[in-house]
Amino acid sequence: MKLGRKDVLGMRDLSVDEINLILETAESFIEVSTREIKKVPTLRGKTVINLFFEASTRTRTSFEIAGKRLSADVINISSSTSSVVKGETLIDTARNLEAMNPDIIVLRHSSVGAPHVLSRLLRQSIINGGDGAHEHPTQALLDLMTIRQKKGRIEGLRVAIIGDISHSRVARSNILGLQKMGAEVCVAGPATMMPRFAGQMGVTAYTNIEDAIRGADVVMMLRIQTERQQISIFPSLREYSTYFGLNRSNLKLAKEDVIIMHPGPTNRGVEIAPEVADGPYSVILDQVTNGVAVRMALLYLLTGSELKIATGRTP
Amino acid sequence: MKILLKGGRLIDPSQELDTALDLLIKNGKVAKTGEDLPAGADVEVVGIEGLWLVPGLIDMHTHLREPGYEYKETVRSGAEAACAGGFTAVACMANTNPVNDNRAVTESIRRKAADAGFARVYPVAAVSRNLEGKTLAEFHDLKDAGAVAFSDDGRPVMNAGLMRMALEYAASLDMPVLSHSEDVHLSAGGVMHEGSVSTELGFPAAPSVAEEAMIARDILIAEYAGADVHICHVSTAGSVRLIREAKARGVRVTAETAPHYFTLTDEAVRSFDTNTKMNPPLRTAADIAAIQEGLRDGTIDAIACDHAPHGQTDKEVEYEYAASGISGLETSLALSLALVAQGILRPGALVRRMSTNPAAILKVPGGTLKAGAEADVTVIDPGRSWTVDVSRFRSRGKNSPFQGRTLTGKAVLTIVGGDIKHREI
Repeated sequence: MKLGRKDVLGMRDLSVDEINLILETAESFIEVSTREIKKVPTLRGKTVINLFFEASTRTRTSFEIAGKRLSADVINISSSTSSVVKGETLIDTARNLEAMNPDIIVLRHSSVGAPHVLSRLLRQSIINGGDGAHEHPTQALLDLMTIRQKKGRIEGLRVAIIGDISHSRVARSNILGLQKMGAEVCVAGPATMMPRFAGQMGVTAYTNIEDAIRGADVVMMLRIQTERQQISIFPSLREYSTYFGLNRSNLKLAKEDVIIMHPGPTNRGVEIAPEVADGPYSVILDQVTNGVAVRMALLYLLTGSELKIATGRTP
Repeated sequence: MKILLKGGRLIDPSQELDTALDLLIKNGKVAKTGEDLPAGADVEVVGIEGLWLVPGLIDMHTHLREPGYEYKETVRSGAEAACAGGFTAVACMANTNPVNDNRAVTESIRRKAADAGFARVYPVAAVSRNLEGKTLAEFHDLKDAGAVAFSDDGRPVMNAGLMRMALEYAASLDMPVLSHSEDVHLSAGGVMHEGSVSTELGFPAAPSVAEEAMIARDILIAEYAGADVHICHVSTAGSVRLIREAKARGVRVTAETAPHYFTLTDEAVRSFDTNTKMNPPLRTAADIAAIQEGLRDGTIDAIACDHAPHGQTDKEVEYEYAASGISGLETSLALSLALVAQGILRPGALVRRMSTNPAAILKVPGGTLKAGAEADVTVIDPGRSWTVDVSRFRSRGKNSPFQGRTLTGKAVLTIVGGDIKHREI
């Protein structure tokens, strides 16, 4: 099996069939991670480069584990400084990497469109590991996988995404993915964190958290990126957590079987109260587990290798 | 040396002329125009049947990058590119390194332009020392050195008090201030227009109001001071409306736009091609319509290139880090001629906006083919089809979002002071 594409750049480009294929493939990989010997030879001889121009522990580790469990050689290149600062352009870096013949490059970059530019220049497959506030497709895929696992379906669910919508690639990719799979999405956050044209995304936008949570099947909290803003776009963390944080009290507005998601890392006590993050509705750690499976699925589907694992279960 | 341009359609808005006339150049001046002028001895006759004969085009907004950024453009390469694009004169902005905020830089640019011997080059000096927006540059001395206007272009004059002083001081010298109108607190580092496309792509974005708020301010200050102000690179519908209203009540405001602002929209940014990055950014289809209407009704006086040449290292980087601007001198005329083809401007109105009006705003010679005027002449083939190939640009700046596009209309003969500087016929 193989995806009929060279790159995975965003949820915008993926069809419903492709999303289903990725999620089903990911389900079949879950079993590998529960084995005593957590390794299959599927990508033996393949090279995956994690090229991360932005600080990341979770996503980079997840890709690294995904690659290693498939027996790929995984190289991590991390640089918290921009290529401009280093004096080498992103394009130079990528061309140098290309010359070493890897099979897949996972790129995370603070600049919107960086993976798209590389995808046009390089013959290797590019996976977007997050570009600026644009897209983060692997996060959206693992979120879809988690929702489907817990709810048995995605279609018809009411999903509330809460936080800094303007600056969130997680929000953009999830809105696109959830809508493709038939969910109804609403967003909420302070007016200063809401895109001026949020309506065009096909979502209902609220400037209070209660309206968004009411009747929700899924509540997805976004991390408040205090480090990314040049000027503070909200008055204080105290005000934010009081009026936009998820806590036991406002959570009562959601459906009884609500699940709570967070792309991590959480700012405990800011966007989410600790007792909620650790509470029975939280699926935050399932998201992390599924992240490895989704990334294994993508690496596999992009290289088009023979599936050489005994699939213990079928989705 | 005499040149007789024979058989062309002479379009000269300064004389309200649009008719078949020959033009004789003698001793660097326009000797006379007339029907069927005789050739005579030692006259080079250039047959221009079917072509337009217009006063030399003047670009009032060019960046020549010298001193300091010669890898992007030099005075010579820019002046040569100007001639190739049909321009006989350009006004060059002050954001060089060192900044053109002193007599030495102004004189150096003029000397290099004279040595190059292509288009005339009129230095625009900085409003503030080192473009810092704090202290006025030495306006008197800069005028004496040959500067024709003042601008901190590339950066706005954020301090309204300094802008008032600049307008008043420049008015006393009978010189214009060219305003890069942008409230940097509103544009807040935006790399594209804030709108539907930026919402989708997640780029930091500059809203229209960042431009409009500053234009409103500049208009009010100019009105209060009773001074002239010229608004650079108008890009939004709201800006056109503000300028139209100000002109209607008698404010001495003039304005320019650039071809990309009536040709491309923010949809182009989806390509992530850094050549679509400019400041102000590409806007929307509604803005294009308003700019075209502003050009048609005269709200916008001039079309300027905002020629902003950059090197590969400035543009072959991530979109957010890329330098802003396009290399425009060699595509501006063809893109502007599209307005004639679309019926938005008559040929005379186009020439007015690319020659006569820029000369009047900058108070420099040119913009006319009256007998006795300097023989700065452009001959245009309005029907010639050609494909943009940046590798053939005379400009060192190869940064063009129009690469590969087939355009219609080209300058085929450019004459500066009676000397042929560019010829494709």
